[in-house]
Amino acid sequence: MIAAAIDVEREPEDVEHTSYLRAGYSLRSWFFTTDHKRIAILYLFSISFFFAIGGVAAALIRLDLLTPAPDLLSNEGYNRAFSLHGIIMVWFFLIPSIPNTFGNFLIPLMIGARDLAFPRLNLLSWYIYIFAGLLTLAVVLGGGVDTGWTFYTPLTTMYANGMVVMTVIAVFISGFSTILTGLNFIVTIHKLRAPGMTWGRLPLFVWSHYAVSLIFVLATPVLAVTLLLVAAERLFGIGVFDPSLGGDPLLFQHLFWFYSHPAVYIMVLPAMGVMSELITSAAHKQIFGYWFVAFASLAIAVIGFLVWGHHMFVSGQSIYASAVFSFLSLAVAVPSAIKVYNWTATLYKGDIDLSAPLLFAMGFIVLFVAGGLTGLMLAMLAIDVHVHDTYFVVAHFHYIMVGGTVTAFFGALHYWWPKITGRMYHEGLARIAAITILVGFNLTFFPQFVLGYRGMPRRYHVYPEEFQVLHVLSSAGAGLLAFGYLMPLFYLVWSLFRGSLAPANPWGATGLEWTTSSPPPKHNFTEQPVVERGPYHYPLKHPASRGHG
Amino acid sequence: MAEQRALHEPFHEAERQEEADRLGMLVFLGSEAMLFGGIFAVAMALRLLHPQDYIAASSQMKLWHGTLNTAVLLTSSLMAALAVEAARGGSPRWAGRALWSAVALGLLFLGIKGHEYWLEYREGAIPGLANAHVGSAFEQLFMNLYCAATGLHALHLIGGMVLLAIAALKRSAREDRQAVLIGNVALYWHLVDLVWVFLYPTLYLAGAGQ
Repeated sequence: MIAAAIDVEREPEDVEHTSYLRAGYSLRSWFFTTDHKRIAILYLFSISFFFAIGGVAAALIRLDLLTPAPDLLSNEGYNRAFSLHGIIMVWFFLIPSIPNTFGNFLIPLMIGARDLAFPRLNLLSWYIYIFAGLLTLAVVLGGGVDTGWTFYTPLTTMYANGMVVMTVIAVFISGFSTILTGLNFIVTIHKLRAPGMTWGRLPLFVWSHYAVSLIFVLATPVLAVTLLLVAAERLFGIGVFDPSLGGDPLLFQHLFWFYSHPAVYIMVLPAMGVMSELITSAAHKQIFGYWFVAFASLAIAVIGFLVWGHHMFVSGQSIYASAVFSFLSLAVAVPSAIKVYNWTATLYKGDIDLSAPLLFAMGFIVLFVAGGLTGLMLAMLAIDVHVHDTYFVVAHFHYIMVGGTVTAFFGALHYWWPKITGRMYHEGLARIAAITILVGFNLTFFPQFVLGYRGMPRRYHVYPEEFQVLHVLSSAGAGLLAFGYLMPLFYLVWSLFRGSLAPANPWGATGLEWTTSSPPPKHNFTEQPVVERGPYHYPLKHPASRGHG
Repeated sequence: MAEQRALHEPFHEAERQEEADRLGMLVFLGSEAMLFGGIFAVAMALRLLHPQDYIAASSQMKLWHGTLNTAVLLTSSLMAALAVEAARGGSPRWAGRALWSAVALGLLFLGIKGHEYWLEYREGAIPGLANAHVGSAFEQLFMNLYCAATGLHALHLIGGMVLLAIAALKRSAREDRQAVLIGNVALYWHLVDLVWVFLYPTLYLAGAGQ
C-alpha cells in the first residue's frame, strides 16, 4: 500500500503537468485508457456516430412525409425507419449523451478527484456500450425491426418482423453500460470529494448527475428483466405476457414504462445540470436558491418513478389509477418549474455575457417550457384521450428530448470545449449555430403540435391532403435543424487546428474544473485542491483570471 | 505483511478505497433487487388476475425440492458469513474452507434444481419443449413464470459461485483482515440467497396447503 502511494508521488514533474491529450498517442493509450477524460472522448465520438445514424432515419421519415402518398418508403420500411430512429436515439444517443461524455469528463474535475472511483469499470462500460451498439448496427444492416422503440407485446412477441430478438438483446446489453456508469458516479460523488467539498458545495451539475445515477441504477434493471421476458417468449415460447394463456399485455406496458418514464428524466436531468452551470457562468452570479435546485433534481428522480401510468390512460387501466397517475404527473412538473424560475431569477440583474453557451441555454429554457407545459396538458385525462398517439405527443416529447437535452448537449459542448480540447472556437459562428438550431427546431416541431391537435396520428405515413402544408413546413425545418447541428462539426473541428489556445478559465467561471489548465493534466490537478467556498461564489475576486493560464 | 492490499487509482487511502468498494457492491445489489423486482411484479399481477388458478398451479410444484433447496442455500449463506468472520479473525485457512463449502452447497442447489427440472421435463411440464402437455392455459403461464424466475436465479447463482471461487483462490483475499473482497462477495451471495427466500413462497408455498 505504501509502495503504491510513493510510486504515484514519484512521477516526474513534467508528467504531472502534461495534458491528458498528450499523455500518449498510440491507439492502445486510447482504447485501453482508464482516464475518465479519455473515456469521455471515446463516448463523445461514439454517441455522435449514433446521433448521425438516428438522424439519417429521421431524415428518411421527414422526406417520406413530404407528400400524403407513400412515395419513398413502403409501409414496412416506414415502420422500420421510425423504430430504428427511436431505438438508436433513445438508447444509443440520448441516454448516454450528457452523462457519459460531460458527466464522465467533469464529475471528477468538479469534485476535485483524480478519476472516477472505478476507472476500469468505466472503460468496461464503454466497451459494453460499443458491443451493444455494434449489435444494433448489425440489426440496421440486417433490415431492422418494425416494433417501434416501445417493444409492446404481443406485437413484439408474436407478430413483429425483423431481427427482434437481436434488437432486444442489444438494448438489454446497453443497460449494463448505463448501470455501471450510474454506480461509478454514485460511489465517486460519495467517496472522492476533495477536502472541503461538502454536499452543500457540490456544483449543481454534480447534484443532477447524482439524481440521474439513482435512476440509472434502479430503473434500468426493470427494463432489463422486461426485455429478457420478451426475448424468452420470442425465443423459447415461455411468455408471461401471452394473452392467449391468460397473461396480461398491459403488464408489459407497466413494466416498460416503469423504466421508460424515468428514462425521460435520465435524458433531461443532466441537461438541467448543464443549464445551472451555463446560466451562473454567463450571469456571473450565485445561483438563485441553490438548495431548491439541488433538491428539485432529487424530487424529479423520486416522483419520476411514480408517473409511468400516464402512458396508459387509454389502455384500459383502472380510472382510479389513471386519476392518481394524472395527479402525480402534474406534481412532477413542480420541481422542473422551480428550476426554470430559479435560472431566470439567476439571470435577473446579472452581469450577463451573451455568449454562445448562454444562447443555447436560453434556447433550452424556451423549448423546455414549451415541452413542459404541453406535458401538463397531456397529463390531464380528458385532453390525453383526445391527443393520445397523435403528433401532439410526438411534438411534446421532442421539445423535451431534442429541444431540451440536445440543445443542452450542444451548450455543454461549447461551454466546456476549451477545457476539453484547450482551444477556443469561433464565437460568431457558434452564435449563428445556436440561433439556427432554435429556429430550425421550432419550424420542425411546432407544426406537429397543430397536426396532432387536428388529428394526425403517430406512426402513419399516409395522411389526408389538408395536412400537407404543415408536414412540408416540418420537413423544411428538419433540414434547417440538420444544418444547424452540422455547423459545429465544422467550426469545432477547425478550432482544433486553428483556434486560439484556451486559457485555464476563459469564461471567468467558478468551479474547480476552471482552476486547472486547459486541457487538464492526466491526473486533473497538480496539487490536491482544497475547497473553501460554495460552487457559485461570484463575482470572482480577480476577473482578470480570464487571461490566466 | 497481512496489510498488503493494493491501493489503486484514484485512491490515496486504503480505508476510503474499502468504503468505496463496499458502497459500489451495495449499489449494485440495489440494482439487482430491482431486476428481480420485475419478476415479483409479474408474479403478483398473475396472482391478482387469477387467484384460484395461481394457487392450483403452485400446488403442482415439487415442494420438497424447493424446501430442501431453501435449506441448502441458507446454509451456504451461513458459510459465506463464516468465511468473512474467519478472514477478520485472521484464519485464512478457515476462510478458504468456508468459501469452498459455500460453493459446494451452491452446486448441490443446482443439482437438486436440475433433478426437479428433469422430473418436470418427464411429466411434460416444462413449456416450450416438444413433449410439453400442460393441463390448463394458466398452468402453462405459471410454468413460464417459474422457468423464467428460477432460470434467472440460477444464472445469478452461477455468477455468485464464480465470485466465491475467485475469493477462495486468492490468497491475498483470504489473508485480508478487513475481508474487503470476501465481504463483498459474501454480500452478493446473500442477495442470491435472499432472492430465493422470496421466490420459494411465491412459487412453492402459495399452493402448498392444497
